[in-house]
Amino acid sequence: MSDEVALNDPKTLPLSFTLPVVGAAGGFFGLFVGTAQGSTLLGIVVAAAVCAGLAYLAMVVMGVPQERTFKWGVRALFAVLGFLVGALPGLVVGLLFGWFIGWFIYWIGRARYRMTLPPYLTSGQVLWEYTFRVLCGAIFVFLITPILVVMPLSFNAENFFTFTPGMLAFDPEAYSLKHYRDFFTSSEWQQALRNSLLIAPVATLLAVSFGTLAAIGLSSEHVPFRQAIMAILISPMIVPLIISAAGMYFFYSRIGLQGTYLGVVLAHAALGIPFVIITVTATLVGFDRSLTRASANLGANPVRTFFKVQMPLILPGVISGGLFAFITSFDEVVVVLFVGSANQQTLPWQMFTGLREQISPTILAVATILVAISIMLLTTVEILRRRSEKLRGMSPG
Amino acid sequence: MNTTKKLLACTALTVAAGAAFAAGHGNMADSMTLVSWGGAYQNSQQKAYVEPYLAMNEGVSATWDESSAEAVAKLRAMNEAGNVTWDLVDVVASDAIRLCDEGLAMEIDHDEMLAPAPDGTDASDDFGDLIVSDCFIPQIVYSTTFGYRTDMVPEGVDAPSQICDVFDLETYPGKRALERRPINNMEWALLCDGVAKDEVYDVLETDEGQDRALAKLDTIKDEVIWWSAGADTPQLLADGEIFMGSTYNGRLFSVIEEQDQPVGMMWDAQVFDLDGWIIPADLPEDRLARVMDFVRFATDTQRLADQAKYISYGPARESSAPLVSTHAELGIEMAPHMPTDPNNAENTFLYNYEFWADYRDDIDAKFQAWLAQ
Repeated sequence: MSDEVALNDPKTLPLSFTLPVVGAAGGFFGLFVGTAQGSTLLGIVVAAAVCAGLAYLAMVVMGVPQERTFKWGVRALFAVLGFLVGALPGLVVGLLFGWFIGWFIYWIGRARYRMTLPPYLTSGQVLWEYTFRVLCGAIFVFLITPILVVMPLSFNAENFFTFTPGMLAFDPEAYSLKHYRDFFTSSEWQQALRNSLLIAPVATLLAVSFGTLAAIGLSSEHVPFRQAIMAILISPMIVPLIISAAGMYFFYSRIGLQGTYLGVVLAHAALGIPFVIITVTATLVGFDRSLTRASANLGANPVRTFFKVQMPLILPGVISGGLFAFITSFDEVVVVLFVGSANQQTLPWQMFTGLREQISPTILAVATILVAISIMLLTTVEILRRRSEKLRGMSPG
Repeated sequence: MNTTKKLLACTALTVAAGAAFAAGHGNMADSMTLVSWGGAYQNSQQKAYVEPYLAMNEGVSATWDESSAEAVAKLRAMNEAGNVTWDLVDVVASDAIRLCDEGLAMEIDHDEMLAPAPDGTDASDDFGDLIVSDCFIPQIVYSTTFGYRTDMVPEGVDAPSQICDVFDLETYPGKRALERRPINNMEWALLCDGVAKDEVYDVLETDEGQDRALAKLDTIKDEVIWWSAGADTPQLLADGEIFMGSTYNGRLFSVIEEQDQPVGMMWDAQVFDLDGWIIPADLPEDRLARVMDFVRFATDTQRLADQAKYISYGPARESSAPLVSTHAELGIEMAPHMPTDPNNAENTFLYNYEFWADYRDDIDAKFQAWLAQ
């Protein structure tokens, strides 16, 4: 606790403010419970009354000294209520709600919401601050929920995309790893995994080699038509994928690359090159050219200079570009559907046809695995980026 | 100069490695690319004839491409690009007729190419009138019919058993799933609007008849979820999202018997359709020879009967019917689950290829406009 606390010293706000706000929050949650139980209006009214009553109890009767007792009491109360309404899942939801409303009553009633904000803000600014946070949270939930819903469904014991009553009641019988087992034992999925793992690294290697060379070349001043060349190289990122895919299909068919591994690898490399060029160009902006001159001055030839001086410094950019190229190839479905043939079915291809013909949770198991891989790769990118900033002294922290 | 050379060498090595590795996986003369629908159906083909064939022919390999749903479009594109990578394509009969008309599928002599029945009957007699096109090699008879949630039947009411129960929202309230196309739906609507079965297509030829069918569909439109992939209705039934829905009978069999869902079967006014192979036109000789050999084996009497061990679709050969036995895993008799079983086939339609070839575009436009209203 620092001096700030003295400036924002929490005080008990008038009940005419606390009770309606807490009541409104309770009514909002009551809306869902009431609707689920068949009477929306009753749910709102009862929940608002209960929460306002609890707020009165907390502010007037128990006060701050008994805050801890009050919060545990509220949690227990809602856990029991939840259990009566909806058994085990109800208990969990009730406990979470009890935890929230206990905290919320003191947060509102004791004006704790002002503690982390500058003391000179007006009420309107405080309200906007928290509205803004809630909006951001809502957008985040909107973006992330579809991905999160997939994960529990992949442990479904049934062969449908359905939350069975057993799953909602946390019955261990309703969960199983059979879709993961299916993924690891089915020859089709394993072939798809093998294809993906064969295609993506080779495509990444090509993309990184060409992309890095292009970025270095395009960052030297004396190259003519730099902007135009850059635009052409970046175009696979901008042109709609389906157009590139159709174009590649007819072109590759004529030269005998359609339906071959090499064709798919080249197509994916073309898609990955823009990512490498962009990240490497960005790293080169901070690269001090006098280092290469110093290296040449000391007698190193250009190749040695590149590998000993330039490469280590731009490596974070190269690696993050490579990771994006890898993910592009690993997740790509449109181009491979055109350029590949049945022998090059990759994981996304298998998922795409699987979703259409056979809604099987094996797809969800694969999706979960892919999400986990993507998270790991992006974490690596972020760590590398921070390291690169620190190296270049750009990090604020 | 030196740098460039070394970097070029590096790149060349990478490309060469990629190329070498690609060459190792190239298409050999004794590999086949078979196109099918994926899922349980493709699995039945794999078990009933692809695996036995590969066991008999060492060194031959088969790859599946699950592209039957867009076979017509893809074959056209392959033909335009001059690079047909498919060897044998599983399509529904109407697609086979289209591909044959466009010259994308090879015309065949059924008696010469396909094995005769065990008693010596010619293949063309054994398949009978299921050979609906010169390019088409029939495999199975399937039907589009309705399934319903047994636990959603209102109390005191008999389970739905007639096609017109689908249109009876009063007795059977709840959502229905219908395929997002006029075929089948228009026939069912007219049938339940009082048109006699043998006059359905005469009525449907006329503008008034089409409007009449749409008007009947209008009575349940608000309660309909439109499906487009075969997997949709089983998923909706398992979710309890719908009370009843149309889909392929094999999918319903899987939901009821294999997945153990509370779903019942309605066979009334089921619509028979055919599914079979076509061979793409102008295959190179070595590939064609391999495919001919495979097809002769895969469509013989025993193989088609074997397929019914894995999926509840009726074999297209008359001589296969007596050989249909029990399900490979569940051990139940398959004959009562066949759409062609006499108990199930009391009231049936056969997909009217001629009618829909002539009227599909017109009625489709009308139907889509009606959907968008």
